[in-house]
Amino acid sequence: MRIERAHVLVGIDAGAVLAGAREVQRKLEEEIKKRGLEDEVRVLETGSLGITGRGVVLLVYPEGVYYVNVKLEDVPQIVEEHLLKGRFVKRLMLEPQIAEILARGEAPKKLARQKRVVLQNAGVINPDSIEEYIATGGYEALAKALESSPEWVINEIENSGLRGRGGAGFPTGRKWRITADVKASQKFVVCNADEGEPGTFKDRLILEGDPHKVLEGMIIAGYAVGAKRGYLYIRGEYELSIRRIGKAIEDAYKMGLLGDNILETGFSFHVEIKKGAGAYVCGEETALIESIEGKRGNPRPKPPYYPGVKGLWGYPTVVNNVETLANVPPIILNGASWFRSIGTRESPGTKVYTILGHVNEPGLIEVEMGTTLKEVIFDFAKGIRNNRQFKAALIGGAAGAFLGRDALDIPLSYEGLKEYGGVLGSGAILVFDEATSIVDMLKNVIFFFKHESCGKCVPCRVGISKLYEKMERIAVSKGSEKDFKEMMEISDKMADTALCALGQSVILPLSSAVKFFKSELIS
Amino acid sequence: MVKDVLSKFEPRRENLLDILHAVQETSPNNSLSSEDIEMIAKYVGITPAEVYGTATFYTMFSVKPRGKHVIRVCVSPACHLLGGESILEALKEELGVDVGDTTKDGLFTLEISSCLGICGVAPAMMIDEIAYGNLTPARVRDIINEYRRGG
Repeated sequence: MRIERAHVLVGIDAGAVLAGAREVQRKLEEEIKKRGLEDEVRVLETGSLGITGRGVVLLVYPEGVYYVNVKLEDVPQIVEEHLLKGRFVKRLMLEPQIAEILARGEAPKKLARQKRVVLQNAGVINPDSIEEYIATGGYEALAKALESSPEWVINEIENSGLRGRGGAGFPTGRKWRITADVKASQKFVVCNADEGEPGTFKDRLILEGDPHKVLEGMIIAGYAVGAKRGYLYIRGEYELSIRRIGKAIEDAYKMGLLGDNILETGFSFHVEIKKGAGAYVCGEETALIESIEGKRGNPRPKPPYYPGVKGLWGYPTVVNNVETLANVPPIILNGASWFRSIGTRESPGTKVYTILGHVNEPGLIEVEMGTTLKEVIFDFAKGIRNNRQFKAALIGGAAGAFLGRDALDIPLSYEGLKEYGGVLGSGAILVFDEATSIVDMLKNVIFFFKHESCGKCVPCRVGISKLYEKMERIAVSKGSEKDFKEMMEISDKMADTALCALGQSVILPLSSAVKFFKSELIS
Repeated sequence: MVKDVLSKFEPRRENLLDILHAVQETSPNNSLSSEDIEMIAKYVGITPAEVYGTATFYTMFSVKPRGKHVIRVCVSPACHLLGGESILEALKEELGVDVGDTTKDGLFTLEISSCLGICGVAPAMMIDEIAYGNLTPARVRDIINEYRRGG
């Protein structure tokens, strides 16, 4: 094996690509070759480096120096100064104060303040290399699980208090136990990577930054519940994720970490990718199951068809979100009590958030559960743009709640938000400044539901259209008390009678907007 | 040609979405024709109505011929907040078509998307597989003109 003295990681995510990351990568390789450094310095393409809104980001090891907003013309200087002469290019370094910390050999402040469990490897290792994943302790959790009983694995996940990170927050251990307890000739594990919630792209970055972690979580889930097959259902639009996870699956098969008789323990597990085709409702687990079966993604009524008991082709099926599965290997490796030591009592662990809208630094962070909204907006996203005031945030995606200034101090956790009438959802935080119209945003959210309703059940199909018609009128001239009373009644009925979470959740954005921003909506 | 694509898949219902993706990818107008649908139905062993019903459910498939380039503008709350509507309006005006329609020269089809998953660079759009972010109406016009020059 060739040993390089330096690694340059190029963060490749949508934002960086738009800023020219590919061109910078090519130029780096070119310059390195020109200087005859190709045997000493390795350029690696990796997922998001966790610093967004700063153009092309490079991370140079072993020093751990971040360069941001790197332009093509900066590349020769980085190669000449840093890689050849060992001097940092200060003007491109992350931040002057962080540069000082770096010079002292400490971790960058911005990342140190985050608590990275799920994203620990993202931006650090080459996601296309199974060897690098294994070198960071990857697949050790699988080995540990396979040496133990499925019962022990389920107990560990139950004791950890891990709750589903897809939106609903259902206890993962309980989900697994339900399926493990059913006697059936076949069982399945499905990884839900059909991330369609507006404002959310965390799962994409987990898949692209550390695909093996998700895969390892899936295999462990399969062992725990007694499944031999798994499906990874992924958004059709996520080309890079599909390629990365495809490579990960291929390499895991080659290493004997997938397939028959894994690590010679007698346990067999096979994984296949299923590509979605653009339908938000397919993120709902029963609709997703229908889609894997090659049908329209119409949700199934549940009960009676709870997928844990009767899912894919009628067999018991565990459906877990990407972020949930990525939490599994660290829990198995470090133990349930370690996981409990992070976050809050009722919401242990960390949460990955996407912070967007009128903030200075939009992007993605992973912090402990219980971090307040104020910290997230003002410390991590560096406050509101253009020196404006904070007005509101839509938390949890389109199916989330509009929360106002009073919400700034609430700790972000399942219970913290519930107390305030909100939900954690998929972890999208859309921030509005003082000039934003709540009427306009509410109309946009209702349009989203109208566009994405699958039309199978009457409450959702008809209800949403009625709500949108009203909202269109209200957007022209404010609504009356009566308008909103009717809208609440419709969405209440939808919450009671719609087949799935799509039709059931329009009540939350609507009721929260009315509750916290009444004067703006009603004349 | 469709036959060659089909032979890559086992004729099972669970492969239908993959088959639809693959057939559409080889189509010159980014869509599924009624002949395609009938061939797929016969191959999988289901009715054309079932294939049609499944294809029309998903936004990535089209049974209507589309232009050479498919433009998908994100209208999610994240993009809307940062001016997504002005992007869509600029495109409608520049192309002279409404959402769902194809330009007369057959070069572009304008569509909307509920979220493209690149919210960090909102407002955003995708033309075929290429993402464009931090858009302004002026930039949108430049991009369209570049495509026009490139064909």
